[in-house]
Amino acid sequence: MTYLAKSPWIFHYDASSCNGCDIEILACLTPMYDVERFGIINTGNPKHADIFVVTGSINEANREVIQNLYNQMPDPKVVVAVGICACSGGVFRECYNVAGGIDKLIPVDVYVPGCAARPESIIDGIVTALGVLEEKRSKNIHSKVVTDHERPERHNHAQGGAQ
Amino acid sequence: MQFVQLLVFLILFPLIAAFFLLIARKDLEREWIVKLSALAIGIVSVYLLITTYDKGTLLISAIPAEPTGLVMFILEMLIAVYILYLGIKHKKWLVVGLILVQSVMMLYFELVYSHSVHVQANLFSDELSIIMALIIGIIGSLICVYSLGYMKFFHEHHPEMPDKRTWFFGTMFLFLSGMFGLVFSNNIIWVYFFWEITTLCSFLLIGYTKTEEATNNAFLALWMNLLGGIAFAGAIIWLAMFGNGIMGLDALTTSGKVIALIPAALIGFAGLTKAAQLPFSAWLVGAMVAPTPVSALLHSSTMVKAGVYIIVRFAPVFDSTVTGYMIAMVGALTFLLASGIAISQSNAKRVLAYSTIANLGLIVACAGIGTYEAIWAAILLIVFHAISKSLLFLATGTVEHRIKSREIDDMNGLIVRMPKIAAMMVIGIAGMFLLPFGMLISKWAAIRAFIDAPYGFVFVIMLAFGSALTLFFWAKWMGKIIAVTSDSKNIEGEVDRSEWAALVSLAGLTFVTTLVFPMLSTHLLEPFLMTNYGHIAQLSQDNIIIMILMLFLLMVMPLSILLPKHKHRHLAPYMGGRTTTADMRFSGSLGVQKKTVLSNYYLQDWFGEKKLKSWGIWLCSAVICIMILSAVFRVVM
Amino acid sequence: MIDIIMAIVFVLVAPVIGGLVAGIDRKVTAHMQGRVGPSVFQPFWDVGKLFEKENAVVNETQIFYAICYVLFMAFTGALFFSGGDLLLVIFALTLSQVFLVLGAFAANSPYSYVGAERELLQIMAYEPMVILTAVGMFVATRSFNVADIATTTIPVVLLIPGIFLGFLYTLTIKLRKSPFDISTSHHAHQEIVKGVTTEFSGPSLGLIEITHWYETVLLLGFLYLFFGWNPLLAVVAVIVLYLLEILIDNTNARMRWQFAVKSAWLVALVAGFINLAALYFLSGGVS
Ligand code: SF4
Repeated sequence: MTYLAKSPWIFHYDASSCNGCDIEILACLTPMYDVERFGIINTGNPKHADIFVVTGSINEANREVIQNLYNQMPDPKVVVAVGICACSGGVFRECYNVAGGIDKLIPVDVYVPGCAARPESIIDGIVTALGVLEEKRSKNIHSKVVTDHERPERHNHAQGGAQ
Repeated sequence: MQFVQLLVFLILFPLIAAFFLLIARKDLEREWIVKLSALAIGIVSVYLLITTYDKGTLLISAIPAEPTGLVMFILEMLIAVYILYLGIKHKKWLVVGLILVQSVMMLYFELVYSHSVHVQANLFSDELSIIMALIIGIIGSLICVYSLGYMKFFHEHHPEMPDKRTWFFGTMFLFLSGMFGLVFSNNIIWVYFFWEITTLCSFLLIGYTKTEEATNNAFLALWMNLLGGIAFAGAIIWLAMFGNGIMGLDALTTSGKVIALIPAALIGFAGLTKAAQLPFSAWLVGAMVAPTPVSALLHSSTMVKAGVYIIVRFAPVFDSTVTGYMIAMVGALTFLLASGIAISQSNAKRVLAYSTIANLGLIVACAGIGTYEAIWAAILLIVFHAISKSLLFLATGTVEHRIKSREIDDMNGLIVRMPKIAAMMVIGIAGMFLLPFGMLISKWAAIRAFIDAPYGFVFVIMLAFGSALTLFFWAKWMGKIIAVTSDSKNIEGEVDRSEWAALVSLAGLTFVTTLVFPMLSTHLLEPFLMTNYGHIAQLSQDNIIIMILMLFLLMVMPLSILLPKHKHRHLAPYMGGRTTTADMRFSGSLGVQKKTVLSNYYLQDWFGEKKLKSWGIWLCSAVICIMILSAVFRVVM
Repeated sequence: MIDIIMAIVFVLVAPVIGGLVAGIDRKVTAHMQGRVGPSVFQPFWDVGKLFEKENAVVNETQIFYAICYVLFMAFTGALFFSGGDLLLVIFALTLSQVFLVLGAFAANSPYSYVGAERELLQIMAYEPMVILTAVGMFVATRSFNVADIATTTIPVVLLIPGIFLGFLYTLTIKLRKSPFDISTSHHAHQEIVKGVTTEFSGPSLGLIEITHWYETVLLLGFLYLFFGWNPLLAVVAVIVLYLLEILIDNTNARMRWQFAVKSAWLVALVAGFINLAALYFLSGGVS
């Protein structure tokens, strides 16, 4: 086992979640679940993080943000979609402003379904993500820089500012 | 005697150069005169060091006093008439009044007492003079060389200003001549004469551009320095009346407090005005309107250094007197308050000005305390401050010409836009406040000196706070320069050769002096302290080795850029996930494009110039009053 | 006077001790919050992981500053533990801190920029007190050499209690503990993301973590000096005082920088002045 699996720092982004899943994620940090036992820290900064935890689905306002944050994470990195909204759009998938689950935009490694996802399953999802993380490290996989192909006019901005 | 000729050469040669510069009409001629005379002055001052560094104090009685004294008096009166004329022409009645008082005093002295004055040696030289001569000779002439490029650029870009470069360079060299005279004179009357020459030169140079602001500031500098001049004249008359006509610096400093304390206090006051200590700080800040080389000259090697030089000279008289402590208090207060004000300034030249005032305050504080350790620190400060400050001014001047701004916030990303000049600036700033460099060594020496002095703890506390403030404003400026902006291009272009030569020499000096400072200390400072105080101060061998180690570490680190390395992936700065362009524009709410602007903290509420300055003026004026009174009491009681 | 062996020992051992202290800190903190907390070796795993990650930067100069930061911090600590001059140690410490600030400035990013300015404010807040600490120790023991102060028979802390309290106050700032974790924080989110370290990632962040370990050990060494006349007491005191810092950390909310600077200055002024003045006059006016 390498250090990577012992010290997964997560970065949590609330896409368009109803806050249900966010509260469950925060619950993981409380004395009840205490994920710091596993070395998990919620960093709040993509540049320090190993695991990108996203709740909620994609909409117009956040699609750029999700991409930028993802691109700003150093390799190796994995994405965990927490809650059914993040997995597929959930109850909001038919909405006029929702584009669907976040795998429409960035590669998702672990799906944690549930509405809201329970803390146990979130922790389980993150532990699963550790395996993926480890695999990526050992195979030295570099994640691609994500750009929004569906929207060519935004293409230039996707890297966080190429032009 | 070869040695006499050296001193006379240093005093007179710049004068001759000044004369030729006045008649030189072509640019090329001027360039060569300046370069060659600068070279000659530099070489001779180094040669002076080599021939005399182990000889101790040398007195020279070869120069005939009578005719020279008369010539000086006549020149003084001519200067007075000139100033009087300008004062009346510009309706500066304060200046008119002061110059009248001063001239009457000197006239009175000349008519009544001049025949009873006998000075054995009119010129002299000891280690302190040599150090000062080196500063003037090397840094001063480097600044003159730099001015060649700067002034050319200046007049190309300010066609509305009359091109009076002949005057400009003439005055610069006259200034150097005056400074050399000041540090080599043993006769107080001679010191006074050269003192007035520096006042005049600074007045002319500050007012060079002839704008209304420049003229006003020049007169501001003039009246403040005339005030000091009057005090100086007062000291001379006092000495003539009550001091048995002792007029030699060598005799004065050993003549005991009864005779020397009052004149020393008066001359100390003159020193405070010239060194721009707090009630009089305004003139140095106002002097910023002049072209940058003038500021560099005033701040580093001449003018203000004349003020602290004279106080250091009289330090043995101040030793453990209330007068000395009060002078030290003025210095310490100035250090503290000026460092604070520097935080609130966004204009690079003003930051430099206040930092100069602050550092001079520290020197004055050391000199006022007057123990051998304190004097050691004071002289070190004089040396290192001259080098770093001139480098910073010249670098700022060059930057100013390229980015058309003196604001520190406009220097963001300078390391990308002008890597070479930015590097010079970083060296200059590091030289002002970071460890292995000279200024910090001197501050360190000052702390140790203060602890051992009576009531030293008061000064230590002020120094501790002051240096924390110093750190803040230097570090934030440095941060601005080294910020790497991804959108900027290299716009450095061709830097004028003469400017470049001066910058590189000064940056090199910053390193070299830090390296050779132990030698400087053993060969020049320690003998000086030994003859004047009977003690020597020094750093322990270990500490010197450690610092040299650090210096090497610092010099080696930037070379790591040369090492082969793999390319790292570059990320955009974190902007909360917002899409940001390379020049840091992002779309704000409602899709409006916003530019990210990063500005330094200036903490106006705490360190506002107005507030601190008025505090300082009242406090320091009060302290100066106590200083003069204490000297009078001590002698009369 | 300079003990090379101690210097080398420091450079090698300090990260281990510092890391353990950080681990124990996290464990104790967790227990104070009713959690189990991570292993005490967690900081080592964290740093190990950071070195396994990609070194992605905003620009290359950041790496340079991070290396300088750790290098000069190790240098400073080595100087301290080999018995060097206390003032020199303090100035060297400042130099290394400035490198961190420059690293943050170099990124030209808003969050690290604000972090850098705040870090400078913090330095400005504690610097006077730290200098006065060295001065106080000199007045108490007549020496600036750490070797002499550490082995003195004079009960230093009893002579300079005011300075000791002042130093404890600034120690909270230096250890980046609440209420003064204003430029960057060991804890989760804060209003300026991660302040000075925002733009560092992977190995360069790892270097900064290691530097913090060095710094912690150095600061604990400072604490030791106050009790140097009795090594046993000194070790106990250092442990108790560090636990006290953890307690403060966990029971206080973050303050604004205005408060940090003002209060630290006030403490330095009052404690430093009264203490130094008392020492000066008690010793008969001639020091
Ligand atoms: S999955 Fe359910 S709880 Fe979670 S964000 Fe969607 S709607 Fe809210």
